[in-house]
Amino acid sequence: MTTLNELTLAEARDGLKAKDFSASELTQAHLDAMEKARGLNAYVLETPERALTMANVADTKIAHGEARPLEGIPLGIKDLFCTHGVATTAGSKILEGFQPHYESAVTHNLWRDGAVMLGKLNLDEFAMGSSNETSAYGDTISPWRRQENGKLSDAKLVPGGSSGGSAAAVAAHLCLGATATDTGGSIRQPAAFTGTVGIKPTYGRCSRWGTVAYASSLDQAGPIARTVRDCAILLGSMAGADARDTTCADLPVPDFEAAVSRGVKGLTIGIPKEYRVDGMSAEVQALWDRGAAMLKDAGATVREISLPHTPYALPAYYIVAPAEASSNLARYDGVRYGLRVPGKDIAGMYENTRAAGFGREVKRRIMIGTYVLSAGYYDAYYVRAQKIRTLIKRDFEAAYASGIDAILTPATPSAAFGLGEKGSGDPVEMYLQDVFTITVNMAGLPGLSVPAGLDAQGLPLGLQLIGRPFDEETLFAAAQVIETAAGRTKLPAAWWA
Amino acid sequence: MTAAVNPKKLIKGGLHDWEVVIGMEIHAQVTSRSKLFSGASTEFGAEPNDHVSLVDAAMPGMLPVINEECVAQAVRTGLGLKARINHRSVFDRKNYFYPDLPQGYQISQFKDPIVGEGEVLVDLVDGESITVGIERLHLEQDAGKSLHDQNPTQSFVDLNRSGVALMEIVSRPDLRSSEEARAYVTKLRTILRYLGTCDGDMEKGSLRADVNVSVRKPGEPLGTRCEIKNVNSIRFIGQAIEVEARRQIAILEDGGTISQETRLFDPGKGETRSMRSKEEAHDYRYFPDPDLLPLEFDQAYVDALAEGLPELPDAKKARFIADYGLSPYDAGVLIAERTSADYYEAVAKGRDGKAAANWVINELFGRLNKEGKTIEASPVSADQLGAVVDLIGEGTISGKIAKDLFEIVWSEGGDPRQIVESRGMKQVTDTGAIEAAIDDIIAKNPDKVTQAREKPTLLGWFVGQTMKATGGKANPAAVNSLLKAKLGIE
Repeated sequence: MTTLNELTLAEARDGLKAKDFSASELTQAHLDAMEKARGLNAYVLETPERALTMANVADTKIAHGEARPLEGIPLGIKDLFCTHGVATTAGSKILEGFQPHYESAVTHNLWRDGAVMLGKLNLDEFAMGSSNETSAYGDTISPWRRQENGKLSDAKLVPGGSSGGSAAAVAAHLCLGATATDTGGSIRQPAAFTGTVGIKPTYGRCSRWGTVAYASSLDQAGPIARTVRDCAILLGSMAGADARDTTCADLPVPDFEAAVSRGVKGLTIGIPKEYRVDGMSAEVQALWDRGAAMLKDAGATVREISLPHTPYALPAYYIVAPAEASSNLARYDGVRYGLRVPGKDIAGMYENTRAAGFGREVKRRIMIGTYVLSAGYYDAYYVRAQKIRTLIKRDFEAAYASGIDAILTPATPSAAFGLGEKGSGDPVEMYLQDVFTITVNMAGLPGLSVPAGLDAQGLPLGLQLIGRPFDEETLFAAAQVIETAAGRTKLPAAWWA
Repeated sequence: MTAAVNPKKLIKGGLHDWEVVIGMEIHAQVTSRSKLFSGASTEFGAEPNDHVSLVDAAMPGMLPVINEECVAQAVRTGLGLKARINHRSVFDRKNYFYPDLPQGYQISQFKDPIVGEGEVLVDLVDGESITVGIERLHLEQDAGKSLHDQNPTQSFVDLNRSGVALMEIVSRPDLRSSEEARAYVTKLRTILRYLGTCDGDMEKGSLRADVNVSVRKPGEPLGTRCEIKNVNSIRFIGQAIEVEARRQIAILEDGGTISQETRLFDPGKGETRSMRSKEEAHDYRYFPDPDLLPLEFDQAYVDALAEGLPELPDAKKARFIADYGLSPYDAGVLIAERTSADYYEAVAKGRDGKAAANWVINELFGRLNKEGKTIEASPVSADQLGAVVDLIGEGTISGKIAKDLFEIVWSEGGDPRQIVESRGMKQVTDTGAIEAAIDDIIAKNPDKVTQAREKPTLLGWFVGQTMKATGGKANPAAVNSLLKAKLGIE
C-alpha cells in the first residue's frame, strides 16, 4: 500500500479534492517520515506546528469548497528563501539566528495558493557547491546507494548541490515537492543525482525578492518534484511578475500543467555536438542517445547543432558568479543581523565575523570575485567574461533561429559520487559538475532535468532539456515524453527509517 | 582649457605668480519624497532609523527598485545645465566596507551617467562672467551616519539617510580663483533651487562639495591636484581653496612636489589635513549592478520634462534687463532666488520697473537682511510695496514720506493707501497753501532772498524751509517751481 507521502503531488491534490484523506493526515504522514529520516539531514529546520496549522486551514478551505490551487500540499523550502518568523540561514553560520520579518516572493506565492510548509531544507552555503558538502549545518545524505555485487553499498552518496536538501527530501518522500534555486546547475544536477525532476525557469520567470542572493544575474528559483507534472504545477504557483524585482519579467504565467501532455510531434530537437566532452562515459552517451530516440519516436525531429562557445562557459561563469557574490555577500558584516564576533576595532570585527561566519568555499569565491573586479584585472577578467556570456547567448539564439525548439543534453557528466570523493584537493573537479548546466544560466534560458535511466551501479542519470526564453511549456512537454518512455524512476526504499 | 590667463586672478608667491586651478564635485540631495531605490521617506529631522526600509538596511534578499521621480529630477537638472541627456545609463556598485553603508556597496553610476556634458554661466562681482564646463551628472545613494558620541564604548548607526538620492555634479577644472569657485557653487545652487531638484540647504547637508585644487605657473601644464572632501558651506569652499593653494605654493617654492591625496578642511584651524594618500585610495571594484537593468528612456520623455521646466535664472535675468530696463547688476540680485524674482515681478507688473527694483533691493532686501528674515517671511507683501510705489508715482506722497510709510507698513501692516489717507501723509499739491508758506519765508528772510538771487544754489535752503513749514508733505516739484518764480531765478 502506498503511504500518503509517496503519492505524487498531482495525486495528492486530487485525493484531497475527493476528500480521500485530509490535509492534516497528509501533512502528518510527511512529518512522521521526516522524523524517521533525520539521518539524511535534508531538513535544517522542521516546522511541524506551522505545518499542522496550515494544514488545518487547508482542511477548512477544502470543506467549504474554497480550495486554492495547492491547497494542503506539503512542501519543503530551500533555506535560501526568507520565511517570515522562521529562521533562514542560507546554509551559513553567518546568518545564525536570523529570522526574517518578510516572506520571499516565491514562498509567498506558494502559501497564497494554499501550500503547507514542512520546514527549511539544507543546501550548500549560500548555494555555492555541487554536493551539499559546503553547508555549515552538515552534509545531506542521498537516499540513493550504489549497487555493488548485487548488494546495496553502505557508502554514503551526495545528493548533489546546491539544492541537495531539496532533492534528497523529494526523493526520500519527505515532501511532495520542494523549492530550489539554480545559479549554475543547482536545481538540475541534484535532481539528476536523485532521480527527481527539476526545472530552472527562464531568468526573470520567478521573482528573486526575498531569496538570499548568490549571483544576481544568474540566480533563479524553480521546483524539484517527483514527476514532470508536479514540477509544472509548482512552477505555476512560484512564478509571476513582481514589481519589487526589476529583473523579473512582467509576463503572465502560462498554464504549465496543460503543456505537460502536449507531446513533441513536429518539434525539432537539437543535439549540441560540443556537449560530447572528452572523457564522457559510454553510459552517459548511451543515455543521451536513448533520450533522443524517445523524442524521435514521439514524433520529433532530432538534429545535430553547434554551440561553439560552450567550452568557455565554465571559466566565464567562475568569473561572473564570484564577482557578483563578492559584492552580494558584503552585507554580512556583523553590524545589523546574524553572527557578530567582536574585534578591537570595526575592521577587526568585520574580519573576525567573516572569518568565523563563512566557510572555505564561500571565502574562496569571495576572494576570486574580489580579485577579478580589482583595478587592473577588471578588463582582463570581468569584461571578457561578459563578452563570452554574450557569445554563448548568441549561440543559442542562432540555434533557435535555425528552427530548433529545444535542446537535449546530459544533465551531469556522471551519476552521484560519494561524500568527500570530489573537490577536496582541486575545487575545479567539483566545478566541472556543472559543465552541462552552466551555459543555460549564462544565457538566461530555461533548463529542465528529467530522470532517464540508471547507471551500472543502479544510480539515476538525468537528461537536460534547454528551451527558448520563456518557453518552459515545450520543456514540460518534451520531458513528459521522456518520463513516459523511460518509465518513472523507482525511488529507493527507506533504508534510513 | 586654453582660456587666456587673467593676471588679476593670480596668486603672488615668494618667487613668482601662481595660477590656481579648481574643479568641483557637488553632491546635491535630490528633492524627492522617497529614497533612490526604496519607498522610505527622505524627510529631514526624524528620530534615528525611523526612515529605514528593508532595502535600506540591506536585509538578505532585498532588491533595489529605481524611484522614477529621482530620474525625472536628474533629467530636469541636466536640462537646466544645458547638458546632454543620456537615454541609456547604467547603475554600478561601488564596493567598500563601512558600518553606515549596509549593502557593503554604494549604488552609483560610473561609466554611463544619466547626464553628460553641459555648462553653467557664472557672473562675477566685477560684472565679468565665465562659463564653467560640466563634465557629467550621475545619480547615487547617500550613506547613513555613524554616531560616535552616544555611548562610551560603542558606535551607533543611523540609516535615515542611507539610500537617499544624490546627484553628483562634476565640473571641469575651469575655475581659477576662490571667488570663481564660490560664484560657481552659488549659481549652481540657484539653478537647482529654480528647478526644484535640490533645496540647496547646506546646513542640512543637502549640498556638499569635493574641491579639487592644483596650482601651476601660468601657461604650464596642470599641476598635481589634491581633493578636499565634503566642504559644506560656500564660505568654507572659498577658505579651503585659499589655504590649500597657499600650502601647495609653499611646498613648490621650497623645491618640493605635491603628492596626490585626499584632504580634509578644518575651518577652526584654517588648514587642510591629509586624509589618505593615492596609495591608500580604495579600490572600489566598480561593476554594473546586476539587480538593476540599464536605465532607458526616449526623447519624448525628456521633451515632456523640458516642457515643464520653469524659466531659468539666465533667461529671467535677460528678460528683466530687456522688459524692466534694469541694470545687469540689479537684475542679477533680483534673480538670485526664484522667490525674490517672483516678488519683484509682482511689484513691477504695470509699474515703473526701475522704481520697483530700487524699492525691492534697497528698502526691502536691506530691511530683510538687517532683521535676518527671508523674502518668504517678509512683513511687507508685494501688493503693499506696489501700492507704496504707486503712491509715489502718482505724486500722492513724496519719496521721503514713502520711507516713513514703508516703515509703518513693515511694523504695523495695513493698506498703504488708507494709511496715507488716515494719517494725513498726502503730499500738498495745493499751490495756494505752498505759496502762503513761501511768502511767509521770503518776508522773514530778506537777506537770504538777496543772496539767493546772486547764488541760485541757495534755492535748496528755501526748499528745505518750505518743506519744514508744510510738514514734508509739499510736492517738491511744485515747491521748486513756485520758489523759482517768486525769487526770480532760473
